[in-house]
Amino acid sequence: MMNTFQFDTASLLVALPEIFLLSSIVVILLLDLFLTKGFKQVTYYLTQASLLITGILSYSLIGQPETLIFGNSFILDDMASVFKVFMMGAAMVAMVYSRHYLTQHSLFTGEYFVLVLLSILGMMVMVSGYSLLTLYLGLEILSLSLYTLIAIARKRSSAIEAALKYFVLGAIASGLLLYGMSMIYGISGSINIIDIAAFASDSNLGSRETLIINFGLVFLVIGIAFKLGAVPFHMWVPDVYEGSPTSVTMFISTVPKIAAVAMLVRILVDGLGSMHAYWSDLFMIIALLSIALGSVVALMQTNIKRMFAYSTISHVGFVMLGFVTGVVTGYGAATFYILAYVLMSLAAFGVIILLNKKGFEADQISDYKGLSKHSPWFALMMLVVMLSMAGVPPFIGFYSKFFILQQVISAGFVTVAIIAVVFAVISAYYYLQIIKSMYFNDAEQELTITAPMDMKLVLSINAILILVVGLFPDFWMRLSLSLF
Amino acid sequence: MELLSLLIWLPILGGALVILIGNDRADTAKWLSVAISVVIFVMSLSLYTDFDSTTHLMQFEEKASWISYFDINYHIGVDGISMPLIILTTFSTILVIIAGWEVITRRTAHYMAAFLIMEGLIIGVFSSLDAILFYTFWEASLIPMLLIIGIWGGDNRVYAAIKFFLYTFLGSVMLLVSLIYMYTKGGSFSILDMHNLSLTAAEQAWIFWAFFVAFAVKVPMFPVHTWLPDAHVQAPTGGSVILAAIMLKMGGYGFFRFSLPITPDASLQFADVVIALSLIAIVYIGFVALVQRDMKKLIAYSSISHMGFVTLGVFALFFILKMGADGNIISINGGSVEGALLGLEGAMVQMISHGFISAAMFLVVGVLYDRLHSREISTYGGVINSMPKFTGFAVLFAMANAGLPGTSGFVGEFMVILGALQANIWYAVLAATTLIVGAAYTLWMVKRVFWGPVTNPAVETLNDINGREFFVLTILALAVLIMGLYPQPVIEAIHSSIEHLLNQALTSKL
Repeated sequence: MMNTFQFDTASLLVALPEIFLLSSIVVILLLDLFLTKGFKQVTYYLTQASLLITGILSYSLIGQPETLIFGNSFILDDMASVFKVFMMGAAMVAMVYSRHYLTQHSLFTGEYFVLVLLSILGMMVMVSGYSLLTLYLGLEILSLSLYTLIAIARKRSSAIEAALKYFVLGAIASGLLLYGMSMIYGISGSINIIDIAAFASDSNLGSRETLIINFGLVFLVIGIAFKLGAVPFHMWVPDVYEGSPTSVTMFISTVPKIAAVAMLVRILVDGLGSMHAYWSDLFMIIALLSIALGSVVALMQTNIKRMFAYSTISHVGFVMLGFVTGVVTGYGAATFYILAYVLMSLAAFGVIILLNKKGFEADQISDYKGLSKHSPWFALMMLVVMLSMAGVPPFIGFYSKFFILQQVISAGFVTVAIIAVVFAVISAYYYLQIIKSMYFNDAEQELTITAPMDMKLVLSINAILILVVGLFPDFWMRLSLSLF
Repeated sequence: MELLSLLIWLPILGGALVILIGNDRADTAKWLSVAISVVIFVMSLSLYTDFDSTTHLMQFEEKASWISYFDINYHIGVDGISMPLIILTTFSTILVIIAGWEVITRRTAHYMAAFLIMEGLIIGVFSSLDAILFYTFWEASLIPMLLIIGIWGGDNRVYAAIKFFLYTFLGSVMLLVSLIYMYTKGGSFSILDMHNLSLTAAEQAWIFWAFFVAFAVKVPMFPVHTWLPDAHVQAPTGGSVILAAIMLKMGGYGFFRFSLPITPDASLQFADVVIALSLIAIVYIGFVALVQRDMKKLIAYSSISHMGFVTLGVFALFFILKMGADGNIISINGGSVEGALLGLEGAMVQMISHGFISAAMFLVVGVLYDRLHSREISTYGGVINSMPKFTGFAVLFAMANAGLPGTSGFVGEFMVILGALQANIWYAVLAATTLIVGAAYTLWMVKRVFWGPVTNPAVETLNDINGREFFVLTILALAVLIMGLYPQPVIEAIHSSIEHLLNQALTSKL
């Protein structure tokens, strides 16, 4: 099925959010050159405004009929629009937190915001990409921006190391992904997801074709697992999390995860959904290993960023379990989980950044000692986040785990569910360590919070949402399910 | 909102309000807390006065859709099993708030708020009729207790708090998995629907053990009891009181509400294991209590021993009665329906009575600890010389703990022993040894603490209890005596529900 490339201006409307964002990036990049030192904040506000407008544009596209443009390589559907709205929201929150961090550590530059916007553009392409090449293009825009973002703290050797490590390993993973894509392309004769899906679900598929698809599939799974940071392709995660400036760590651990899940859905569910039996076995192993390793290794960390790195690995395991089930409700559960995770992770890093001040990173667990005495409110917020991550009701983290477990059990994997909850209990221990530091220990050093009002406000709303969405999860569960 | 909802949410909102008042205005916070807890208690009394004891059906029911995708409802209601426990909760909360009045000087408002919030959550546990709602309250109630032990506890509080949390968390997640499993099978999270869900023998066995892990840890039963002595010793007095008086009952309640009706065949199959563990708890843990030097530890072990009666009373019924092929209840070894009911009702009475007595015992230790900051028995001796009024109370509660007739401690244990007698005489004999061992460890402690010569000069300077302490202990003394002399109202209230439960437990699902 060949599509002749037709260009008409109406199809541009479908990609309006991306086009708008790209234009803003260009404007901001140019404008930033001419801003004098006193007006650097303008870049920040322009960034927030572009994110907001892009979010609104994406929101206005929700409910549009599914449309494929650019020769079937770019899709507009509800999943794309909803994901983009969430990404913009999360990115705006992340920027509010970032600003405090950047000011405290003298990293406030226009490039930072431009790079963030670029990486978001890449993610939007990943979310909407409907051909292997478009997806790859989005992934590379994202990755290259992230490498540079990490290295923006160019005077810190740890940041340079993290950036290099991420770059080298990321390049290898991209190579593997491309190799897998070439296999799929070679056998199906198309890079468009829609054609690949038609090819793979053909009932007359010979064993030779199946073999080659499987061969490619392994590499695709590796590439995706790497981007998600799942075991055994997780090696970069702790080092990058620890070495990056905290605001970048926060960014990496939140918004790109949504995009990675979207890419997973596009390639493996939309494209190779009929091969589910083959990739779900791989996913099962990867998911259980991630949950196990993430839970156990995090126990030994004293650096809170490293600890969250392992915690992310274990959360990613839960997300992947949702895809193991092979039913749309399972994919919905995974989506709900990743959105819940982004909400929690933002708040967690928000608290870390809140405590940052000049020359003080607040990246040791012991730095949180006595926080509840000094700042009962934000200690309470952190308590909410930690309990939510541990999967204690009535916070959202519990309901997202519940949803996944329900899907896993109804798919017949009761043992898997038991293994997952046992590791969830183990992981509760390290979340409790932070609660312990905040509530049960006395402060060893003077804690001062210098963060501006807007950050405090956003952080409070962020953490309260963890409780509120936890108390009323129905709407969000249904929303996640409606995307498939 | 109706009565039951108010009972759940008023304390939680009140607790939030107390937090907002803040530690700087501790007096306002304290008075507000006590006012809220008294109002809640008075409101909860109408659960009893308006209670229809002729039916086992749920009363004061409320139902609203919560997570409609899974058909999870905000469905609450009480029957004879949960109603007394709710009133016990509201009653104990007043006591702990008054007991912490002058004692808690650090972060007072937060302390009071934690107890209020916990009160609401625990009432939620006892009134939930939806499994996920139940689980939510069940888990959420761990959070305030974790903080109470960890913030206001003793020197080793961090270890105790985390151990407490992880132990119970591990137990509960198994409960969650089995609840979800039953949902995938029956399509409903309603607890009452689960009662009627048919399950194969193998499924029942798995679910039974999952339940068992969750509830046995909470009760706590031998051998998963080790968190309790640590938690009790480190917790502040109020924390110990709520832990012993109410949180342990959540485990017992779980056996009544979940294990027996949902997995009757597995309960029959494994009843001997549970009874063996209960008897080990009663006898062995009783001896362990005997050698304790720390008063709180001694009472903690005594709690485990006494809670053994609850599980014994519940599971003894399987050795008294069985269901015949024609649907009629037939007896084993000449046991009667009355015997099985005695066991079950005795278990309920024992839970309530233990709620009073353990609360009283921990408060007694708390009174001493507040004065000399020691829980060691050897620190004291001859306390009666300086604290005669206090000693009067202490001896009364000690007697109740040892199961003296006329006190509530006797009623429950006696009923369970009578029930167990019909099951197997050796069960009764072993259980009855607690009357000796229990008397031994309690009275020996009394002897060493209150009687005898004064060896520690600090003891001579002790002030007798003040009005506040007198008030709290008097109320508990009244409760212990009333329950001991006239337990009939409680037994009547629970009778229909227990009878229904007995039928459920004997009706095979296979």
